[in-house]
Amino acid sequence: MTFTTDPLTNPPTDSLSTADQIDLYRQMVRARQFEKRCYDLFLQNLVKGTTHLYIGQEAIATGVSAAMSEGDYTFVTYRGHAHLLVRGTPMGPILAEMLGRSNGLMSGKGGSMHLIDASRGVLGSYAIIGAQLVIANGAAWAAQYKETGQVTVCFFGDGATNIGAFHEAMNFAVIWNLPIVFVCENNQYMEYTPIRSVTAVDRPAADRAGAYGLDPVVVDGNDVEAVYGTAAAAVHKARTGGGPTLIEALTYRHGGHSRADPGKYRPDEELQAWLAKDPIPNYRSALIGRGVAERDLDLIDAQTRHEVDEATEMAKSGGLPADELLWTNLWSDGSSGWRT
Amino acid sequence: MALVTYREAVARGIAQEMRRDESVVFLGEDVAAAGGVFKTTVGLLDEFGPKRVRDTPISEQAILGATMGAAMAGLRPIAEIMFSDFYAVCWDLVANEMSKSRYMADGQVSFPLVIKSGNGAGLRFGAQHSQDISNWAMAIPGLKVVCPSNPVDMIGLMAAAVRDNDPVLIFEAKGMYAEKAEVPNGEIVDSLGKAKIIREGDDCTIAALGMMVPRAMRAAEILSSRGIEATVVDVRSLVPLDVTTLMAAYSRTGRLFTVEENPRLCGWGAELVSIIVEEGFEYLDGPPVRITTPHLPLPAADNLEDLALPSVERIVSTITEGMKY
Ligand SMILES: Cc1ncc(C[n+]2csc(CCOP(=O)(O)OP(=O)(O)O)c2C)c(N)n1
Ligand SMILES: [Mg+2]
Repeated sequence: MTFTTDPLTNPPTDSLSTADQIDLYRQMVRARQFEKRCYDLFLQNLVKGTTHLYIGQEAIATGVSAAMSEGDYTFVTYRGHAHLLVRGTPMGPILAEMLGRSNGLMSGKGGSMHLIDASRGVLGSYAIIGAQLVIANGAAWAAQYKETGQVTVCFFGDGATNIGAFHEAMNFAVIWNLPIVFVCENNQYMEYTPIRSVTAVDRPAADRAGAYGLDPVVVDGNDVEAVYGTAAAAVHKARTGGGPTLIEALTYRHGGHSRADPGKYRPDEELQAWLAKDPIPNYRSALIGRGVAERDLDLIDAQTRHEVDEATEMAKSGGLPADELLWTNLWSDGSSGWRT
Repeated sequence: MALVTYREAVARGIAQEMRRDESVVFLGEDVAAAGGVFKTTVGLLDEFGPKRVRDTPISEQAILGATMGAAMAGLRPIAEIMFSDFYAVCWDLVANEMSKSRYMADGQVSFPLVIKSGNGAGLRFGAQHSQDISNWAMAIPGLKVVCPSNPVDMIGLMAAAVRDNDPVLIFEAKGMYAEKAEVPNGEIVDSLGKAKIIREGDDCTIAALGMMVPRAMRAAEILSSRGIEATVVDVRSLVPLDVTTLMAAYSRTGRLFTVEENPRLCGWGAELVSIIVEEGFEYLDGPPVRITTPHLPLPAADNLEDLALPSVERIVSTITEGMKY
């Protein structure tokens, strides 16, 4: 696979201190271990409904988030657990939400696909393909209007590039010069269909960029530092009035689309090739090669296991949401009545 | 007091709120420089400038997405969907996103936004630019829905909608844009969820909405000359629905007729009838009767569109017949 060079600026990798690099590793490990636990809990029938895991794609949310500032806005899809984690949402409330418990992030009323943490600027996970792209523009517009300097980052899948909302959103963001960064996580598949088999161009996001006056930006989505560098340039551009960027990050999900989908529709060679590009062990080797002590990384792994265990205990200890919650918070006054 | 058209009242309501609150912004297709295809927003760009009054591309999803996202991030946007029929191309934002997100988030976010559109028949635009879709909106939990029937209500309900912290859809009866009324000077602020009794009579209650309200009033005058005295209620708000006022009028008269512009099935009147039958069965003096547009797409020709909509004559004859029970 070839990657086009980033036309924004070259990744400022040397601006990442060793501590920053170790933190990138830590965030990816947290995302990975968290998702593995979700999967286990799903198999135990504790996570209900459906759930979409991020295993294999961790470098993207991690690298982008590292380029963002506090107060920036995040919009994401139903495959968004990790995107909240890297913005600072603790594991416990996310897990509890998936278990449908009262100590869930949204008291159990949202579920796995609808995570939101407004206190950390995560203005939502969206389960209707494409919706978050047009909505994210609005948050970016509000920041622009109020001159707050906040940047909005909007993540979406390769599949979303074929829905109308994607195209409306790109044009709109450009003509209004919005402070927004669109990140297409091209994991090569929609649910079960390879994206290339249903798309008129090879690179579903980048090859459309020109139609909206944007540069085509493709980055290795399994290289956390490359993602960070590309995102940092895009975030900087947005924050300084330069308008939107559309980034296509190439990656792969290790598992199936959702729930217990074994992903059998994917050729084995393809899977093996991508597993060899697993962002986490590769970054671990790179860090060790740069002189980071292996035991420091082992410690992170162990600390994360502990964090996940604690979060699991916290989530399981939560009670079921009270019946009264059915009736709350449809309206801004907390109520839900439709008649006077 | 001054004579103001229904069309001018739209801009006046918006301007009143934009003057008061910097966070109120307005966007839509052809709304700024051109003042709107129905000329309902003339003067807003001049007074408030291009930062607050913005023309958009023909991108209804982008318009409502921007509206929702901006509301979530601290603005109070008003969006125009030119013809309400066009909601069909951006209904996800309305039916799945802005209506459900607060509930799903258990209150973490709110959506102080307004969407206004030209709605319904009267201008012979044919089936894709003439349907009254207020009943679509009523069917979605999480939306407030108002249908002003005169210029004063338009201003007051616009103000109430902008000040409300939830998504409010305002349906402008486009057949009434040229109607005039005396409007008081100064600020006008109404409240959502309030029906209004606009005529009192002991024999029956006529509940009407939007463009059907003046027709119901004319029908009531004719019925009066024939010895039937009707109470007429302007429903004004579908969500919240003012069951208290409607129930009081109905229970006093024992008979209910609805006059609805929407196609027959699942119109607001069906809901109202079910409520009064469930909760006020003992007051019934005769079957509640709905007077609606038939369950058809609207034809364009003058005579056929007129035939489809509830006319004063049809209202009078249906009620005269219904009263015989
Ligand atoms: C409008 C819409 N159509 C279809 C679906 C069903 N659906 C859910 S996820 C998905 C695949 C999306 O693929 P992609 O955008 O590549 O994201 P990924 O799941 O790979 O992260 C589909 C078709 C949906 N949720 N919304
Ligand atoms: Mg995909």
